[in-house]
Amino acid sequence: MKIALRVNSQDVEAEVEPRLLLVHFLRERLRLTGTHIGCDTSQCGACTVHLDGRAVKSCSLLAVQADGCAITTIEGLAADGVLHPLQAAFHEHHALQCGFCTPGMVMAAHELLGRTPMPDEAQIRAALEGNRCRCTGYQNIVDAIRAACERAGGCT
Amino acid sequence: MKHAAPEGGIGARLPRLEDPRLLVGGGCFVDDLQVPGMLHLDILRSPHAHARIGAIDASAARALPGVAAVYTGAELAQFLRALPSAGGLQGFSAPEHHALAIERVRFVGEGVAAVLASDRYLARDACEAIRVDYEPLPAVTDPEAALAVCAPVLHEALHGNRAFELRIGNDTAEALAGAERVVRGRFVNQRIVPNTMETRGALAHFEPWQERLTVWLSTQAPHLMRRELARLLDFPEHRLRVVAPDVGGAFGAKNNPYAEELLAAALSLRHRVPVKWIEERQEHMLATSHARAQTVEVSAGVRADGTLCALHYRLVADMGAYYHAITHVGPMMTAALMTGAYRIAHAATDIVAVFTNTTPTDPYRGFGRAEAAYFVERTMDLVARELGLDPLELRRRNLIGRGEFPFATPTGHVHESGDFGLCLERALARLDYEGARREQARLRTVGRYLGIGLATHVWRAGFPSVPGGKGYVVSGWERSTVSLDPSGTARAVIGTSPHGQGIVTTTAQIVAEALGIRPQDVRVIHGDTDALAHGNGTMGSRSLVVGGSATWLAARQLREQATRLAAHLLRLPADRLVLRDGGFADREDPAKRITLAAVAAHAQAGPRDLPAGMASSLEATALFEQPNFVTCFGTHVCVVEVEPQTGEVRILRYIAVDDAGRAVNPTVVEGQLHGGLAQGIGQALLEEAVYDTAGQPLAASFLEYATPRAGDLPRFEVELTETPSSVNPLGARGIGEAGTVGAPPAVVNAVLDALAPLGVRHLDMPLTPQKVWRAIREARA
Repeated sequence: MKIALRVNSQDVEAEVEPRLLLVHFLRERLRLTGTHIGCDTSQCGACTVHLDGRAVKSCSLLAVQADGCAITTIEGLAADGVLHPLQAAFHEHHALQCGFCTPGMVMAAHELLGRTPMPDEAQIRAALEGNRCRCTGYQNIVDAIRAACERAGGCT
Repeated sequence: MKHAAPEGGIGARLPRLEDPRLLVGGGCFVDDLQVPGMLHLDILRSPHAHARIGAIDASAARALPGVAAVYTGAELAQFLRALPSAGGLQGFSAPEHHALAIERVRFVGEGVAAVLASDRYLARDACEAIRVDYEPLPAVTDPEAALAVCAPVLHEALHGNRAFELRIGNDTAEALAGAERVVRGRFVNQRIVPNTMETRGALAHFEPWQERLTVWLSTQAPHLMRRELARLLDFPEHRLRVVAPDVGGAFGAKNNPYAEELLAAALSLRHRVPVKWIEERQEHMLATSHARAQTVEVSAGVRADGTLCALHYRLVADMGAYYHAITHVGPMMTAALMTGAYRIAHAATDIVAVFTNTTPTDPYRGFGRAEAAYFVERTMDLVARELGLDPLELRRRNLIGRGEFPFATPTGHVHESGDFGLCLERALARLDYEGARREQARLRTVGRYLGIGLATHVWRAGFPSVPGGKGYVVSGWERSTVSLDPSGTARAVIGTSPHGQGIVTTTAQIVAEALGIRPQDVRVIHGDTDALAHGNGTMGSRSLVVGGSATWLAARQLREQATRLAAHLLRLPADRLVLRDGGFADREDPAKRITLAAVAAHAQAGPRDLPAGMASSLEATALFEQPNFVTCFGTHVCVVEVEPQTGEVRILRYIAVDDAGRAVNPTVVEGQLHGGLAQGIGQALLEEAVYDTAGQPLAASFLEYATPRAGDLPRFEVELTETPSSVNPLGARGIGEAGTVGAPPAVVNAVLDALAPLGVRHLDMPLTPQKVWRAIREARA
């Protein structure tokens, strides 16, 4: 099937098999390998991307379902060689170790801050329910997200 | 020569150099790699825990478009050796273990057939098209049941399921008989799954005209994998290159030369095409090593004054269906450290290792030592309760004192140095232990159940070599090469293989400290067997204590070389030189100065005008091995509230005070502690790889297997002490495994302390709400 979509502000057209997962389309066809696959039951969130501004798990969507949509992946966050404030906060707060869950974490956090500009710690932890990390114990991720929203004038 | 520490040297909280690339999606994990023409490998796995394999009909699979080949175990065995095993050790029953099962499957998930196809979807289609006739056999998953006379036997050639029996320790019978009291208990350290966020994966690329095989592997030990692949494939080792690109966590589970990685390499050689294999999460739950799976029956002999005089364990260790690389070592380590941080004169473990119809077990963060800490720390609480003593008081009476090091245990381990009481007292002060006990008593009067749990844990890191070791050998040394570029920047090539530990940053800090330059000016190269001829890898918390020490020694040698050359060029005695701000200066006349870059460029230019015996490049290689394990220790205090109506456990406070020996980057050290605590709390409260009696895994995906999420964990209160170790030049201690060692006993002790007024004596992990709720109901009934 033919699909047309915008990925990281670029128009993309492609011919895909109906059963191709969005995550495989992004990773293997567009070579946007920052979006990772950590499970096969949509529990881990490593594949989180934004679809029309909403955080979605790209392992749970078919590429054809993204037809006509705008997608942002982790590669689309930093601009002009400068880290997005969330990415910078993850760096400053040692919020990543192996880095495998990190793109999904950042994309999930990004959506949270768009939705809830002033989340408290419990809200942040709850919002990360769909994203698993095995290295950090989450505390530094929570702190990074708080720092990023404080810098943006949010957070209580 | 004087030396001014650079900014970002040892002790600095430097943000990690590894981060930016990983933050923007620029990491490179195995599945991110593509080689033109590569085929995808998929494995058909057994749905049975124990069955005889009958006919395998792959004709439909072979006929599918895009399918290049299908192999069964019998076909593979014609050109592929069996997997490594604990074989070769005296007294060990080592079953043959093949990359794909032959004639019989022995656990759910064991590989039965391999498919090569042009994409991963087609490979899966082909797996589903293979028909296998199974004749199911009775299975056994409980190790005690597997020891019974009438139990189904996994490996008929071995006459029974007993893998090995071993006694470690001295005589305990007399001391137990003479004890005023013997406290008995049975503790289970349950089977869990490592669950790295990146599953395993391999990309093997054979280039026939170069006779070169490159294997990109999600591994923590590329050099060990090179050695094993060369041996198993009969491929010349010097033409084999193993690369560990970015690796998304390993935790001990990526040490083993697994069937699938071997298959990818073997089939790349055979078909002369690149072959990729990527594990799915459900496969990870079945085919990657499981961990722990130890049960002890404890007898603890106690004197009236509360000192322990004897400790005996009967330890049943579940090996799973086969040995992985060092499966058998786990219970031995548990036995070696069974006395924990305590002075117990008589101690012994009788190990019974057993095969069951389950996934093989192997290392996971805290391997053997987490089990030891759990058993002895639970024992201390049980003894305290039976004696009517405060568990803190019991620990104080038995803790090895600061002046008693080196301290030899009755189980053949020597604690090289330490200050166990220091961490304990720090943790207590932070909590206000007396105040917390008063609060607990007050809340009990209003029907609220608070619990305080302690773990004064000890473990060990950075194993030394075992001379003449047979079977799968992992050496204790590590190697680093540090060199200066002609422009004055430096590079370190290291044999450890980091995958989240921040070793790139800490290595740069160590080199920066030694050379008086900025860590940003140090490039750290790792994970490529073509970049460093020999190394051992990252495991057992050795990366800093062993690998970091090798780097430190190499960087110091390099500094001596540079100093000698600078002194020669400035025509000054070396002891007049100060190294700072990227150059050497005369202490008495700072205008006399030469930059590190000028020194390096001079050396590079050729052998003329060099001090006697100096080579034309500034480079030093050092090997380092610890003479003994470094002793690692800490105290964790956990405060929980148990909700009696629901059985829910809420962690109110978690205090961890661990000794880093020397924290090269305290932020990284704390991060290591956080991660370990999360995994340890996960084991205590959430995680278990459960099988039903027929051998079917009941928790084989993230739907059923509960690794902790952000909302499951408390905010950690972490503190570091720094008591220098005596066995490495940095004075560093391992920290990576502290969390998984300390947290399970601290949490379980806290929960059982909360439940004490209800009469619950012991519960086995994980302490799920259902289990706690049921225990409360039964106790009340």
